[in-house]
Amino acid sequence: MAATQSEIPTAPAAAPAANPLFPLVLQLADTSLILAHRLSEWCGHGPVLEQDLALANIALDLLGEARSYYQYAAELEGQGRTEDDLAYLRSAVEYRNPLLVEQPNGDFAHTIVRQFLFDNFHYHLLKELQSGPDARLAAIAEKSVKEAAYHLKWSSEWLIRLGDGTPESRQHLDKAIATLWRFAGELTTPTALETNLQELGLLPEYAALLPAMQAHAAHVLAEATVPLPAAPFAQQGGKSGRHSEHLGYLLAELQYLQRTYPGLTW
Amino acid sequence: METLAPTPEEQFQARIDADIRIEPKDWMPEAYRKTLIRQISQHAHSELVGMLPEGNWITRAPSLKRKSILLAKVQDEAGHGLYLYSAAETLGTSREQMLADLHSGKAKYSSIFNYPTLSWADMGCVGWLVDGAAILNQVPLCRTSYGPYARAMVRVCKEESFHQRQGFEIMQTLCEGAPAQKEMAQEALNRWWWPTLMMFGPKDSESPNTEQSMKWRIKRFTNDELRQKFVDMMVPQAEFLGLTVPDEKVKWNEERQAYDFGEVNWEEFWAVVKGNGLCNHERLQARVQAHEEGAWVREAALAHAGKRKARETVAA
Repeated sequence: MAATQSEIPTAPAAAPAANPLFPLVLQLADTSLILAHRLSEWCGHGPVLEQDLALANIALDLLGEARSYYQYAAELEGQGRTEDDLAYLRSAVEYRNPLLVEQPNGDFAHTIVRQFLFDNFHYHLLKELQSGPDARLAAIAEKSVKEAAYHLKWSSEWLIRLGDGTPESRQHLDKAIATLWRFAGELTTPTALETNLQELGLLPEYAALLPAMQAHAAHVLAEATVPLPAAPFAQQGGKSGRHSEHLGYLLAELQYLQRTYPGLTW
Repeated sequence: METLAPTPEEQFQARIDADIRIEPKDWMPEAYRKTLIRQISQHAHSELVGMLPEGNWITRAPSLKRKSILLAKVQDEAGHGLYLYSAAETLGTSREQMLADLHSGKAKYSSIFNYPTLSWADMGCVGWLVDGAAILNQVPLCRTSYGPYARAMVRVCKEESFHQRQGFEIMQTLCEGAPAQKEMAQEALNRWWWPTLMMFGPKDSESPNTEQSMKWRIKRFTNDELRQKFVDMMVPQAEFLGLTVPDEKVKWNEERQAYDFGEVNWEEFWAVVKGNGLCNHERLQARVQAHEEGAWVREAALAHAGKRKARETVAA
């Protein structure tokens, strides 16, 4: 029998009163997890032992933050999924992290530029989120903002060292800026989901974050003796599930055991 | 009757015999200094190279919790490397020199890290067996005669016991899990058992430095004593997990109140020590590459610090 129009389900049956915070918290979780994963790839390969430690530290902070978000997201969804189900059993098109954080580590300058662009946004976002109306999100932000402040200090200092270091480090930095600056715009360009949440007052207006972010970037770049990069075409898509080719490989590695042996406890 | 004044060597040995710690500024025989530099730097290098086999699984850890624990553990190893390089530096060497010796192949690191980590259960075995063996080697070093080394080891040992527990816990979870997981655990144990027995070094009869090191109290038990302790500790743990140690000769000896066990394959031991383990090449290559690719970063940091200092001097 052919299905009539009315028999075609218009929405998944198991989606009762979807909490608008769920996709946001999931996006925050994906973002922190993917960057933590990238940073963890450095472990054992850093340019100097102290920085190996620093990179692992930042990765651990972000991983901890991601776990808090995933756990909250799982509760908001109320479908019995766990933090690991959300991290390990969603495909690349379901991931909602911005393109920036999935970009490969490249050399140390690439890692620093990626980190700096992210930290500058992340810190200023968390600063606002900690006084937001959702208590749980505010509590996670309050804990994470202290860590993010340290991350931003670390990446800012390194950006300055590389910019105002040697001609060679400057070359590396310039290349990294040329590669990665185009991914910065997505962070502060709201998607339809984010606009909706901003209207509901659950998410700060990104436009309001920009002055502080731009002032910090201008200060750091000046110290680094690097001219402010011209705003390049802003690549968009990750936050809507349209990712670069890199994410598929990252997830293949991240999810390998859970996908190979479904449903086991580790 | 006139007694001869004790020589510096005699005074030194008397302090050691009285269990008085030797500190960096104290007089010490050149051979003691050299032996310690070799031993501590070898230990530091082992921490550094030891990050690689476990680092191999950080991106593939099967849950967020495991990923977080493993990353923290490998980070601890970097921290241990730092304490130990600092302890060695108090003897008049530099981290740069020690790393150059590692990279040239002159300095050694623990051979165990020249074995590959092939499954998730290897993360269990590395923690349970490898860190277990390391703890047996290291706990006595908390009382070693050289102060900075002993103090570094106190910190290291505290963290190592946490590492060993997490390794055992990975094994336990696998052994209580699905048949495929238990198989994974057994297969990993089969690969790691003998190499961990090798971690205690050659047989006492073939370990010429042991006697002098024991006299200086930079070694407190012989290789064979520690190996026996390890077997006695681990066989019951393997039984508890429901796993079989891959040695048919393992048998409780009522008379000795210890386990009998088979002979280590010394040919394999020396082959890996000499650089012919499966991963010797990759491990060293990874370290050399990280160091070389990091050169411009370290130079930039130095150059920037120099510029900053110059500007401050001008401003002042």
